[in-house]
Amino acid sequence: MRVGIVGYGAFIPRRRIQLEEIAKVWGADAPAYRKGLQLNEKSVPGPDEDTVTMSVEAARHALARSGGIDPKDIGAVYVGSESHPYAVKPSGTIVAEAIGATPELHVADLEFACKAGTEGMFLSQALVKAGEVKYALGIGADTSQGAPGDALEYSAAAGAAAFLFGADEEKLIAEVLHTYSWTTDTPDFWRREYMHYPRHGSRFTGEPAYFRHTKSSATGIMEKAGMKPSDFAFAIFHQPNGKFPMRVGLDLGFTKAQLETGWLSPWLGNTYSGASPIGLTAVLDVAKPGELVLLTSFGSGAGSDSFVFRVSDRVSEVQGLAPKTRPQLDENKIYLSYGQYAKLRGKIRMAE
Amino acid sequence: MRDVCVVGVGLVDFGELWEKPLRRIWTEAALAALEDAGVDTVDLVTIGCMSSGLFTGQEHLASLCVDELGIAGVPAARVESACASGGLAVRTGFAEIASGLSEVVLVTGVEKMTDVDGAEATFALGTAADQEWEGFHGITFPGLYAMLARAHMARYGTTREQLAKVAVKNHANGLLNPHAQYHLKVTVETVLGSTLVADPLRLLDCSPITDGAAALVLASDDWAKAHAKGRPVVKITGSGMATDSISLAQRDDLSELKAVRLAGERAYQMAGRAPKDLHVVEVHDCFTIAEIMATEALGLFEPGGGGPAVERGLTAIGGRVPVNTSGGLKAKGHPVGATGVAQVAEIVSQLRGEAGQRQVQGARFGLAQNMGGSGGSSIVHILEVV
Amino acid sequence: MYSPAKAWREFPQRYRLEAERCTSCGRVSYPPRVVCPACRARAFEPVTLPRDGKVVTFTIVRVPPAGFVEAAPLPIALVELTDGTRVMVQIADVEDPAQIEIGMPVRLEFRRIRSDGEAGVILYGHKAVVKK
Repeated sequence: MRVGIVGYGAFIPRRRIQLEEIAKVWGADAPAYRKGLQLNEKSVPGPDEDTVTMSVEAARHALARSGGIDPKDIGAVYVGSESHPYAVKPSGTIVAEAIGATPELHVADLEFACKAGTEGMFLSQALVKAGEVKYALGIGADTSQGAPGDALEYSAAAGAAAFLFGADEEKLIAEVLHTYSWTTDTPDFWRREYMHYPRHGSRFTGEPAYFRHTKSSATGIMEKAGMKPSDFAFAIFHQPNGKFPMRVGLDLGFTKAQLETGWLSPWLGNTYSGASPIGLTAVLDVAKPGELVLLTSFGSGAGSDSFVFRVSDRVSEVQGLAPKTRPQLDENKIYLSYGQYAKLRGKIRMAE
Repeated sequence: MRDVCVVGVGLVDFGELWEKPLRRIWTEAALAALEDAGVDTVDLVTIGCMSSGLFTGQEHLASLCVDELGIAGVPAARVESACASGGLAVRTGFAEIASGLSEVVLVTGVEKMTDVDGAEATFALGTAADQEWEGFHGITFPGLYAMLARAHMARYGTTREQLAKVAVKNHANGLLNPHAQYHLKVTVETVLGSTLVADPLRLLDCSPITDGAAALVLASDDWAKAHAKGRPVVKITGSGMATDSISLAQRDDLSELKAVRLAGERAYQMAGRAPKDLHVVEVHDCFTIAEIMATEALGLFEPGGGGPAVERGLTAIGGRVPVNTSGGLKAKGHPVGATGVAQVAEIVSQLRGEAGQRQVQGARFGLAQNMGGSGGSSIVHILEVV
Repeated sequence: MYSPAKAWREFPQRYRLEAERCTSCGRVSYPPRVVCPACRARAFEPVTLPRDGKVVTFTIVRVPPAGFVEAAPLPIALVELTDGTRVMVQIADVEDPAQIEIGMPVRLEFRRIRSDGEAGVILYGHKAVVKK
């Protein structure tokens, strides 16, 4: 039984803020930050955008590429985020209701820092492979925030990606050849309940967390698959800033050319649960049949999910059926001042 | 059907009446009308009030007010049709006498709007719109009329300056009305320079938030003639009422106030009169565009002709058909439920020759047009001096 | 408190743009009704509204009502969808309100419309975005 992606889509909000705008408010050295983090600007959700709205639009794009799948045949919807709009009340049910998949389906909201999106994909794939459901939708979406003046404020961004998994041979866009996950308890980044902003272990988030898990997961899946970096046309890693994914990719033996297509963070920021999944959509937008794609996510806490995809013949038929990712990133941008950004992100204390 | 006359008029000064609660404002107007008519009690009291509930937390208003007047026991009814509540109160009283059910009726209208803050007042007024499919998205009344204004401007070329001239005229008239909320001169420049409220409408395109009350005593023709005491007898010769979808999305034609046209046609037919017969008219200028559209719907001007008409001075005192000699809702104020009654009061004053500096010489036929929401309801009365 | 039951009742219309078409005269009612406003018949079939349309008229609300105070300047339009049905919606992602014009093509997108304060339910629906 061949299981894989039968529909995919991303949603990136239009608003942006440039790194310099943030830096000047906090008296930071903008050029040094730009160079050090390899970040230029990031996406900012509008006042009417959140994890749910972006997930719905990304899911609609996925359905548009699915060759007419009836939403009622979707047996599971998983929304992974660390910025679900409600602390208690699932995002997944709203998404399922909006796309018309209710009531006969399984829904769960997932969280695991930036890995919650690939978690949903991991579970969706497994459920379809086990024959439990016909189609399953895994979505990664976030509108996360960084504390004012903190390093994370330069990167915390907003976006969503949705993947519909199924086992119909003729609908496959990218077959899942292998999955693998590498997880330990590593407290590199956390947020306690009722706290507004997360905290992190600063440089501890690097080697012991991001690099260790990403490398172990990517190496592990390649071993399992009997593959090496040169076998792949594309590799996508989690992108908390511009620098880390490039570094880990080059360290693992991939070339810049293999990494570039899925590398969006310098202009998008870190969309947390959406990060590597959105990178995957950008790759699928240009991939050719037969190409192999490696996706390795990372979520603080910590863990890394890996997938090896083989792109199918159908890919070229569906790429243009919904908004592609790169135009959403590069076109129609609305730039904000820090004041507008602070107002939108609820950082200004309003009257009771 | 019997003939119905207006035999008494009573108004309080409109404005921000901080020191008076609703029941006192109402009582003062009611007593003034009863005194003007020379009566002590009536067979029925009607009260037009859009929302004493949302503005003051008080329902069951009719019984409360009748008690304040010391005549508890008399039948009383509060009627509601958003901003046309006052007109509806007039119509209800008219129908009671015309049908023979009552001989003398006290018709009143009242609104106390300043005990809530601006956002709450906007919300309360917004309940005249479709809550679920218009208000849900954040639209306000100025916003709905702004949409109508844009549609009218796109279709007929009505200009921003023409809208402003409605405000200029009405404020000029307001200066001559001792009961008006505003006594201030306004120019086209001041209107165009005032803050934007909902593009293209600005602050001075909008009627204000006002406290106030107005009252009339209606009586049968026979009663009126027996108690005339030498004053001109004013008869209500036409009463027309109509509705339209309150939701703009459901309307056939956004550049027409259909409810006003239908209500006008029904009133003209009952009165056996045509628009050209009218000497003085009060229309519901909740926003400047509303006056222009109402004059067209009433047949005073061709569709699209309302803007040029005000620009040429046709609706000023001394013009071909003076509109809103009272100052309109714009300068007189718009205590929502009271407005429809106050409009009739102004026409009665004009027809009795008691309008002071606002007097239209030789006025014999007048019309008052009241409207609810964005045109979801309208009630028109035609009056004549006999 | 905004009634969660009321919010839930409206999901088919707000989330999925579900409407009903009169089987006698074809007029689409959104929201659905008991009586067809065009021909007064009482039988309907389900339809979903198209998401593309154009601006028929609009305004920019500068003085918003309670619950929308932070949203000013708030563009709201009457949009005529490709099937002729008209809906009132906000226009989202407007950089400069002066750019909005009657006749502009728009597409309806799923957005958050309002929330019942910090603690109440969140109400989702559709807003119009300008098509480039």
